[in-house]
Amino acid sequence: MTDTPSLFPKYAGGLGAGPQSRPFIARHPSVLIFIACLALFTLCVTILSEGFGIGVVSTSFVKTLGKTLCLCMVALAMDLVWGYCGILSLGHMAFFGIGGYAIGMWLMYARTEIIVVQSLAAAPLPPTAGEISQGIATQIFGVVGASEFPPIWAFAHSLPLQLAAIVIVPGLLALVFGWLAFRSRVTGVYLSILTQAMTLALSLYLFQNDSGLRGNNGLSGLQNLPGLGDVPQSTVSIWFLWASALALGLAYLLCAWIVSGKFGSVIRAIRDDEARVRFLGYSVEAYKLTIFTLTAVIAGIAGALYYPQAGIINPAEIAPIASIYLAVWVAIGGRGRLYGAVIGAAFVSLVSTWFTGGQAPDINLGFYTISWVDWWTVLLGFSFVVVTLFAPKGIGGLIDLVPSPNRHGADLGPDAGSLRESEADR
Amino acid sequence: MSTLLEVSGVSKSFDGFKAINNLSFQIGEPEMRAVIGPNGAGKTTFMDIVTGKTKPDEGTVLFGEKSQSLLKLSESQIAQVGIGRKFQRPTVFEDQSVSDNLMMALKKDRSPWAVLRFRPAREDHAAVARLADEIGLTDQLTRKAGELSHGQKQWLEIGMLLAQDPRLLLVDEPAAGMTPAEREHTTDILVEAAKTRAVVVVEHDMEFVRRLNCKVTVLHEGSVLAEGSLDHVTANERVIEVYLGR
Repeated sequence: MTDTPSLFPKYAGGLGAGPQSRPFIARHPSVLIFIACLALFTLCVTILSEGFGIGVVSTSFVKTLGKTLCLCMVALAMDLVWGYCGILSLGHMAFFGIGGYAIGMWLMYARTEIIVVQSLAAAPLPPTAGEISQGIATQIFGVVGASEFPPIWAFAHSLPLQLAAIVIVPGLLALVFGWLAFRSRVTGVYLSILTQAMTLALSLYLFQNDSGLRGNNGLSGLQNLPGLGDVPQSTVSIWFLWASALALGLAYLLCAWIVSGKFGSVIRAIRDDEARVRFLGYSVEAYKLTIFTLTAVIAGIAGALYYPQAGIINPAEIAPIASIYLAVWVAIGGRGRLYGAVIGAAFVSLVSTWFTGGQAPDINLGFYTISWVDWWTVLLGFSFVVVTLFAPKGIGGLIDLVPSPNRHGADLGPDAGSLRESEADR
Repeated sequence: MSTLLEVSGVSKSFDGFKAINNLSFQIGEPEMRAVIGPNGAGKTTFMDIVTGKTKPDEGTVLFGEKSQSLLKLSESQIAQVGIGRKFQRPTVFEDQSVSDNLMMALKKDRSPWAVLRFRPAREDHAAVARLADEIGLTDQLTRKAGELSHGQKQWLEIGMLLAQDPRLLLVDEPAAGMTPAEREHTTDILVEAAKTRAVVVVEHDMEFVRRLNCKVTVLHEGSVLAEGSLDHVTANERVIEVYLGR
């Protein structure tokens, strides 16, 4: 019986059990590198900030960086659904926006409540709950000519319930939409069009004044945290930076864990040949629905962290073009690798801020002046075409050019008899 | 030997063209069966119907001891009850390693939640190693499937089928584009598999069919023309007529 453990001695210690028995981080060094970079970045910004450090980085730029981290997070979701599972969803920014609206409702309600209570405190009689509610409703909805809370605001007074809505509403919408689309076997460009229709319908609905979410005014003043009016924005901005960095780090770990195992194998297989996966016995629809819903939830959380830093959300944020930009970021960064999505979102959105913020010098051609505020989208579109045609791996593909020192005994060449790494080193 | 798959009175037409016309077919377990027939005889449509890719206009397809109807099941459910299919063109997941391909095919719980939590145990690695040994790809386990030669991809796909541990294996032209040595190896794998399960091989190549040494079903214009040993069917007047076009 002594030879039982080595039933397959040829494989047990080598190809089979070896690489898998090592810890997750050792098998995926890029995850550790990413988390370390993110932590270092957060630390540096904190030290350089006005709120907690030496004040080199302005508060508005800290907010820009914090928002960028949220965009990286939604790009991560996009990479999971598109780069890994092959579903080119052009509607994920709708889930992002819903997350923003969900937290925005509470922020706006709670802050207005404080203001209304303060103003009514001067009255000779203490205000009733009804008067307070009426006052809040008038304050919030006066701009759209209403003074009643629409049913959609039923839970706006409760932070826990609105936090739950950040996860539940995008998740539920994705679940229902995905179930309808995937069970009808809508794939490829038709699915993309369907998701565009979804985000367009949502944004058009929200543009209406009677949608209950203040129409095209959207929700504003979200940067002011209720009850923390004394805390300066320089401090709040750092809090949100930390929260965004933490959320991005956790989302990255979750995504890396998902794609590293057999689940990752299956969704990549669905991307490459979904009919074959069906004949292997996997329910392709169930997998697509899982990924679609999960990424919608990630997008919702990212949105809930983004909009308090942006300060305002309106239906234009959910417009179809936003989701197309998201796909462009992931394509430029390199789809099918998680850090690619993050690099793409960070790089393109920061460069975009620079160009559209009027900081980029205009180019005077004599007969025409290229103003980057207008021409940036052209440049972005052009880079998208160039990347798609000539560098489909995107910016993240540059990592492949660095020789990896950690090949774990893989063959050095395509031939079966070629040297192993350890032999070649000698 | 009991009947495993029973197809009876199945018809299917595409835009008026009768691809399958009142076809009936049975196979027991274990059994090896070769299906031959000229182009357009309905061989691939027959496989599509059994695996759920195509729904027939009429007829019944029953599987297993309980005579479960396959017509109401989806492709993935049919695969889960124990029918594996190999396509004509090798379809392996080229972007993933040979061992990932095999690991995915191993007979395990297929639900997303179970797969999400799945981490291969020692016995799973052993099973993958055993399969790789069976199909002669032991040295290629860590390579990407896309780097394999045509013949190796065919074997990998057969290996994935075996990993599913199906009761019925449908194999579409396994020897297409293979060298003689590769064909021999493929024959060995299939004959070995047919010792414990039902195997249906669709093939054009008579020499390959002869080596399988099994009962042969000849399809023509969507229905069974002849059935029996290879010598029996090749002696049949009508088969000669269909094949030689007289």
